[in-house]
Amino acid sequence: MSDNLTYFFYDLFQYLVNGLAQGSIYALIALGYTMVYGIIKLINFAHGEFYMIGAFIGFYCLVSGMPLWMAFPAAMIGAGLVAVLVEKVVYRPIRHAGRIPALITALGTSLLFQYLGQGVIGADPKAFPTAIAEKTYMIGEVIITRTQIIIMVVTFVLMVLLYWLVNHTKTGKAMRATSFNMNAAELMGINTNKIISFTFFIGAALAGAAGVLVGMYYNTAEPMMGLIPGLKAFIAAVLGGIGIIPGAVIGGLVLGVAENLVVGFWISTYRDAIAFAILILILLIKPAGILGKNRKEKV
Amino acid sequence: MDYLAHLALNTGIFIILAVSLNLINGICGQFSLGHAGFWAVGAYTGAAYGVFLAPEALPDFINLFISCGIGFTVAALSGLLIGVPCLRLRGDYLAIATLGFGEIIRILIMNMDVVGGPRGFTNIPNWSNLFWVYFWVVVTIVFCANLLRGTHGRAIISIREDEIAADSMGIYTFKYKTLAFVIGAGFAGLAGALFGHAQQFLHPNGFTFMWSVIILLMIILGGLGSITGAIVGAIILTILPEMLRFMGETVSQWRMVIYSILLICLMLWRPSGIFGKHEFNILKFFKKNEEATS
Repeated sequence: MSDNLTYFFYDLFQYLVNGLAQGSIYALIALGYTMVYGIIKLINFAHGEFYMIGAFIGFYCLVSGMPLWMAFPAAMIGAGLVAVLVEKVVYRPIRHAGRIPALITALGTSLLFQYLGQGVIGADPKAFPTAIAEKTYMIGEVIITRTQIIIMVVTFVLMVLLYWLVNHTKTGKAMRATSFNMNAAELMGINTNKIISFTFFIGAALAGAAGVLVGMYYNTAEPMMGLIPGLKAFIAAVLGGIGIIPGAVIGGLVLGVAENLVVGFWISTYRDAIAFAILILILLIKPAGILGKNRKEKV
Repeated sequence: MDYLAHLALNTGIFIILAVSLNLINGICGQFSLGHAGFWAVGAYTGAAYGVFLAPEALPDFINLFISCGIGFTVAALSGLLIGVPCLRLRGDYLAIATLGFGEIIRILIMNMDVVGGPRGFTNIPNWSNLFWVYFWVVVTIVFCANLLRGTHGRAIISIREDEIAADSMGIYTFKYKTLAFVIGAGFAGLAGALFGHAQQFLHPNGFTFMWSVIILLMIILGGLGSITGAIVGAIILTILPEMLRFMGETVSQWRMVIYSILLICLMLWRPSGIFGKHEFNILKFFKKNEEATS
């Protein structure tokens, strides 16, 4: 193999590693999108803001001297509780008004959190405290940082937990039943309101976890940080097939890798455009997503 | 006086934007979130004409006229380009796809060095004035109002009411959806050209997704589907931030917070906005009063 080719492969693997770390974050956020969409057919625009809230709870916990293993669950629970509150106050009254009013409400909620954050916390990015000493590992010429490993491991663990929760517990069964047919589930004695709140809680907790991980990864947190990753996570959810839990993971990883390859081998400023281009392509070619099945719409 | 004139100019531009978005969202019922993208296309092409191509010899108003024409045409063409693939989607998916295109347009402009890219586009000739802005406002309103009275307008409305029923009545829904989308995008581009020549400086970050939401808020506040509603919504939401400015720095800082709460509250308690789908007609209003008194 010539030198050029070797370096090309090192580069490729480097971007793949970066992409997988980034993609894990997208996957964590996308899971919440997909679960909420699966259960009440709402594109929860404010989901990116739960991620921002998680990052800030983590930030304040760490600044006040809490160790990471306490700050992390605190951020998850905090983001989850905010989501439950939002669901109760805003989404529940609008649930039966149709999809577009619900979408507009979600947009409003998203803007509310962003600008409330700017007003309360300030628009300037905050330097995220280093929770763990940074260390880099070299595999050949490919650099992997400790944070990247933590991101991938934590994401994997959370996904396994989620898989177990949805497929092997009674609550999970109720969640699946509610998303399958809400009225029938209610008739079977499932408290659907409670299940929907719980879904919001789980989804936002995952997003909150992603927020803390990103804070550690990029060392910053700001009130607007939720907008673009939120949109991209939505794209990841659509890419994998919205409403399908493994789909969100696949979509997130594919999107993260694709984005980093574009940054690495093409123009870095097109980073955000590529995600939207993927979205439009997938909507046109296979709107149901990679894992989705096409369903005919009935009158 | 300058300040008031500037405010009136902006109000006019936002009226055009709101009325054109209302044609897509309110009247045709196709939920688009990419209006700021078309606005940007019009603004940049209009400004590019003004900076690079415009012959000095022509009087300003003719140049402005050509600039508006170019803004309209290019934005309408990009509307066609985006509309044809996107309008196959429905409801929330369409919203996300148009949002995506709006952002892509902004990112493309950001990467175009000819028009300044991230530095912004400067030295745009100052051609817009109150007269021409309101001339175009009137043209837009009259065009949209008359469109609704004709065959095409009826077809467009029927898509909003029930797309499947419209389809089975023999209306080629895709064609009319595209028509509404292209016209809406064109007028947004026209507003953009006027905006560029009024501001004399354009920056890609002035056309973010937030502006699409603000224009959307205007038509929802006024009443989705009502042209008069769109006008009233645009006037309220351009003047409101200025009023907030007079109430002090802190209040005006919270402008977007107030907007978002307004949006949520509207959706929760009065999703039909101020006018609903009805039009407000001054002549009819007085006639009714006469009937009531006589």
